[in-house]
Amino acid sequence: MLGDERAGVHARAPRPQPDDRKTARMSAARPLPPHRTAALSAEDLAGLIACPRCDAVYRAVQPGHGERAVCARCETVLIAPRRRAGQQLIAVALAVVVLVVAATMAPFLAIEAGGRAHASSVLDAALAFATAGPAAFLALAVAALIVFIPVLRALLVIYVLAPIVANRPPAPRAAAAFRLSEDLRPWSMAEIFAIGCAVALVKIADLAQVHFGPAFWMFAALVGLVVVQDGFMCRYSVWKSLER
Amino acid sequence: MEIAGALRTAREMGLVACTRCTRVWPGGTARCGRCGHRLHSREPKALQRVWAWWAVGLIAYLPANLWPMLETRTLVLSQESTIVGGAVDLARHGNWGIALVILVASVAIPVGKFLAIASLALGVRGGSALPRHRRQQLYEVVEYIGRWSMIDVFVVAILASLVQLGAVAQVSPGPASLFFALSVIFTMLSAQAFDSRLIWDEDPAPLAPPLPEGRPA
Repeated sequence: MLGDERAGVHARAPRPQPDDRKTARMSAARPLPPHRTAALSAEDLAGLIACPRCDAVYRAVQPGHGERAVCARCETVLIAPRRRAGQQLIAVALAVVVLVVAATMAPFLAIEAGGRAHASSVLDAALAFATAGPAAFLALAVAALIVFIPVLRALLVIYVLAPIVANRPPAPRAAAAFRLSEDLRPWSMAEIFAIGCAVALVKIADLAQVHFGPAFWMFAALVGLVVVQDGFMCRYSVWKSLER
Repeated sequence: MEIAGALRTAREMGLVACTRCTRVWPGGTARCGRCGHRLHSREPKALQRVWAWWAVGLIAYLPANLWPMLETRTLVLSQESTIVGGAVDLARHGNWGIALVILVASVAIPVGKFLAIASLALGVRGGSALPRHRRQQLYEVVEYIGRWSMIDVFVVAILASLVQLGAVAQVSPGPASLFFALSVIFTMLSAQAFDSRLIWDEDPAPLAPPLPEGRPA
């Protein structure tokens, strides 16, 4: 009986697409006869995966390293494991912490006009709003978006991934930590601030002489690191390893 | 796509899927046992929340454009400029490129975002001329681009902190910067409230089990 149902959810192995060999399209779980649907056991459910974007259900087939399993309907990437992704992500997270903390102190732009000079750090940028009365809320928001949230996210990723990489049981409350890290993802804007520096520079280039400070290059490096951070992270694999 | 006939959704199977960790649970489960995320087959009141954030975002966007974004004081003049006014000034001085960048980033993208979210939300109720695939892509673009609008607020913060040259030149943030930031945050929340599974629902039937008879098996 149970064996029958398993056969019912069986799906073909993902086959490489001719145009993009790295992408394996998830094959759909074959539909179950209606009366059997309710009888799916707990193990059966554990082997299924649902596309978070369109709700399509598949039999999870682990793709090889460097391959991706994408939803056959909406092409959302479902599983994308990479070799040694854990170590790389921890390294990137450490670099983010160091860069953001260092960049907070150092000046990112320096200006010179009419014999007067001024250099500005990230803290100065956040505090620029603090003097403007009602916009004090903005000072907090800016500091949070470009300093606190990126650092917090990086620390949470280290906390979650370090035990997994070391083949140890997950850290206490690791699931909650990873959940928070995922919630904060859209609100971590250090890389946007870096582009903002470049725009500000262009805007006042006519008005005064402007130089990039060391912190600008740190933020520029952050742009690359954030791309790596988002591209290497296979959320499915992380949740799967937190389950054990 | 080529196997769409065999595709079934968690809702059709009487299951509920976790949108955070993709685990599947029996219908009616309240929380995901793997990641702790609250489970809903479809986010309840998703569209109401989308529209609520959308409206607040639009309300904040008006003063963001009408009030000055930057207050500049130099030796000879003191000047307040709105977003569009600043771009027009730049264009008059021949800086067409930068003027265009500012207009695209602060006007075209926010307005486009409001239109895109509205068309997605309307498309769920009344159907849409766009195929589902295009709407999904539109949603992903809106989600991705939303945070980048914050760049304007950062530029104001950078200029205000940097250009502090005493009597020679001084820049301080105008009230519009606060409203622009709020507008960006509210539209991001509006996009996050949207449940993209609604795009893909074939029929508005909210009931999962039992399956209708006569479905292709």
